[in-house]
Amino acid sequence: MLDRFRFVPLRLLQSIPVIFGVTVVVFFMVHLLPGNPALAILGQTATPARVASLSHQLGLDKPLWDQYLLFLGHLVQGNLGTSITYQRPVSELVLQAVPITMSLLLFALVLALVISVPLAAVAASAPGRARDLAVRAFTLVGQGMPQFWVGIMLILLLAVKAKAFPVGGYGESALEHWYYLFLPALTLAIAMCPTIIRSLRASTINVLGSDYVGTARSKGAAGVALFRLHVVRNAAIPTVSIIGVNLGYLVGGSLVIERVFAVPGLGSLMINAIFARDFPTIQAVALVVALFVIVVGILTDVVYTAIDPRVDLGSRELA
Amino acid sequence: MTTAVVRASRAMRRPARSRALRPWYRNGILVAGIVIVGLLVLVAVFAPLLSPYDPITQDLNHTLEAPGAHHWLGTDKYGRDVLTRLLYGARIDLRVGFLAVLIPFVVGSVLGALAGYFGGWFDAIVMRIVDVFFAFPFYVLVIVLVFVLGAGESSIYLAIAAVSWVSYAKIMRGELLVAKKQDWVVAARLGGMSHARVLMRHIGPNVLSQALIYAMSDIVMDIMAIVTLGYLGLGIAPPTPEWGSMILDGQEFITTQWAQATIPGLAVVLTSLGLSFLGDGLSDLLTPERRR
Amino acid sequence: MSVEGGSAPLSVQDLTIGLRRPGGRSVAIVEDVSFDVDPGQRLGIVGESGSGKSLTLRAVAGLLPRGVEVLSGRVEFGGRDLLTMPAKDRRALMGPEIAMIFQEPMTALNPVMRVGDQIAEGPRRHLGLSAKEARELAVSMMARTGIPDPARRAKAYPHELSGGLRQRIMIAMAVSCGPRLLLCDEPTTALDVTVQLQVLKLLEKLCDDTGASLVFVTHDLAVVNQTCSELAVMYAGHIVEAGGVKDTFRQPRHPYTRALLESAPDFDHPERELIPIPGFAPNVADRPSGCPFAPRCGYVRDHCTEAVPPLEEVIPGRLAACFESDRLVEVLA
Repeated sequence: MLDRFRFVPLRLLQSIPVIFGVTVVVFFMVHLLPGNPALAILGQTATPARVASLSHQLGLDKPLWDQYLLFLGHLVQGNLGTSITYQRPVSELVLQAVPITMSLLLFALVLALVISVPLAAVAASAPGRARDLAVRAFTLVGQGMPQFWVGIMLILLLAVKAKAFPVGGYGESALEHWYYLFLPALTLAIAMCPTIIRSLRASTINVLGSDYVGTARSKGAAGVALFRLHVVRNAAIPTVSIIGVNLGYLVGGSLVIERVFAVPGLGSLMINAIFARDFPTIQAVALVVALFVIVVGILTDVVYTAIDPRVDLGSRELA
Repeated sequence: MTTAVVRASRAMRRPARSRALRPWYRNGILVAGIVIVGLLVLVAVFAPLLSPYDPITQDLNHTLEAPGAHHWLGTDKYGRDVLTRLLYGARIDLRVGFLAVLIPFVVGSVLGALAGYFGGWFDAIVMRIVDVFFAFPFYVLVIVLVFVLGAGESSIYLAIAAVSWVSYAKIMRGELLVAKKQDWVVAARLGGMSHARVLMRHIGPNVLSQALIYAMSDIVMDIMAIVTLGYLGLGIAPPTPEWGSMILDGQEFITTQWAQATIPGLAVVLTSLGLSFLGDGLSDLLTPERRR
Repeated sequence: MSVEGGSAPLSVQDLTIGLRRPGGRSVAIVEDVSFDVDPGQRLGIVGESGSGKSLTLRAVAGLLPRGVEVLSGRVEFGGRDLLTMPAKDRRALMGPEIAMIFQEPMTALNPVMRVGDQIAEGPRRHLGLSAKEARELAVSMMARTGIPDPARRAKAYPHELSGGLRQRIMIAMAVSCGPRLLLCDEPTTALDVTVQLQVLKLLEKLCDDTGASLVFVTHDLAVVNQTCSELAVMYAGHIVEAGGVKDTFRQPRHPYTRALLESAPDFDHPERELIPIPGFAPNVADRPSGCPFAPRCGYVRDHCTEAVPPLEEVIPGRLAACFESDRLVEVLA
């Protein structure tokens, strides 16, 4: 059983070159800027002395290659640099923001599943019928909505008109946090639903036509019991990898959504850093997010292996 | 044996061949897509003729007016006609959306095709680069790159190109891996055809359709990105009318003038719907055998 | 196979299965099929791919594929019509009264569920057993179907077992609630010959032990010869010949049955030359007028293409749908 998970250490090893590439992109991103980044940070009106001092602080006076090695060396020690705006270690800022963004994503994923699974089941149980067409129309429209706009519409309907939820912010207590995160999470969930529903609908139709569901019916299974025992897990298998890929996309979306709802997570940190030209913080957020996507990729394979006993990724890769 | 009967009956209900031979105008979803996208393009092109107002000139005597006979969708905080800005916004958002796919389409498809066709070290290098870029969520890289490259249309093209070539490369590589093993490709090579000729004449037209279908959904993504950048204040600079920045402006007055933030969003939804239909219709038309 | 119904556990009457086109005419794939299966009797339904034998079986089990439906006829079980009874009542019969064994044990077992749980599912639902009791029953059923080390194997997933073991799991699952009627859809086709023989022996033994009736659909005449007592031959959606297996094989009264026998290898007479049947079975959409077998038939006369020959008793205990049935005997003699 457990040896099906032996691919995990291998996959971690394989992601090292990718992580390396990510650090290269993150490092050189800043050096795409025309001219001296220090000048760009400080603006055209800065005195040459200040530019020189900031250049030195950022290590910009060294050769590029040395700068990259220095950057890598600091990374390995967990040093993400010092925020130019806050004059605090970026790692502190990031560590504060990460749990908030993670809770938001997790909440969104749960909501997305709560919405998608029943809708997909309803659609798949009668392909081509009215309820299927209604669900498909929902996915089509849902796909076409800009995420931040969905957020604004939810604010309009549920916060401004119905006054059921706060317009934005994060609240004080743990309970309040979840309450404040509901609308942003719902926004992200709505962004995620179309893809999940499409995938689940297709795989459920497939599973419902399969021989083993025929077998289950020949044992007298029907309705909820049939779905619970024979359909859900099988239909979920292809959807898991699709969710995995989409979580990456969703992280990007959550950065924008945090801005809409003033949630103090990684997104707000990054957008504020962008307006403040706070390079170390921008680099750090990009890096953390990329690492997250890589980890989610591995986690996806773990979940995939856990729900499908036939999958043995290790055997394929070791072979 | 049951399967044989069922297969026969499915074929009778939905014959794949007659679907492919069906003329394009009988393909309802494709026609819907063409009509919607066509109308939007016409609106964008003829915006100056459709509206008596200027999208940029401010009229501070008539700010934040409710929809009425003169201003069908009301006016914004600078007294500009919202409908006019919506029509002109189509020009920017559609143009940038359509143009933004060109570079990644060409670059990604060519790199992916070469990687898939030749394999080996070239494939290995391209795919490692793809992995690295894939680790960055679309918006993160686009936002950072637009910022680094400076505001403006050309930055948007470059940023989107840098991020979305990856998908084309993946799609084309996959198509090529399958195509190059097909008998007719092997036969063409054995018949003494050069790699270039095989790629251009034989494989290209056959595998390009998948990239083309993907491009339709990619345009949607790009328009979303442009609108999002506009909303974040990182995109097309005001006062140029653009749907995303219109939503940003409207959000201020969400309690009193809800339509101002709502309507430009609906324009995006309509555009996406049109392009999705176009993509689905094209995929029906180009690869009927893959449709379920 | 008896001609009149009544006490039979299964009585199929004038069953017509097909596609119902929206707003238009429907297309029949199986037409006017009737047969009875008495308690303990074993009926083999034989035909080529597309003859409708499997659809007939699936109609009895209520497992027709999407889009295919029963257009007319009755399927009576224990005197009640399965087709008109409430779905809930019918499901209550599936398992304890009627069970089905499928052709492909790879795809017919749920790939993400342990086989022991799959066997235990029916007994839990129908016999009201606790999870533990059902699991114990599953293990004992597996032992009964000759699976070695059943307690350990019960925890396996289908892909971890061989084809023969998977088919034994299918059988254990089918008989777990003690059904009175077993429906088998080519249960041995996917297995190699030695395993096939073991599985057939097992099926026979289980039927002998429980007195269950059997309907066995296959294209393999040798399998029917070994397993069944009664025979129905289907061609293009119709039963063309029916009777006792031994009798019919000795002296077929329909040219198609005869052609089938001549095209199949005979292990008792391996030197005999195999004669393939010329042509193809007709498509349901363009079935010829008259006898559907006429275009491929060696005994064809003009009137064969003018009217459909009815299924009639040609000799006591034998039905055949052929105008030239008597000539077969003369030619053979």
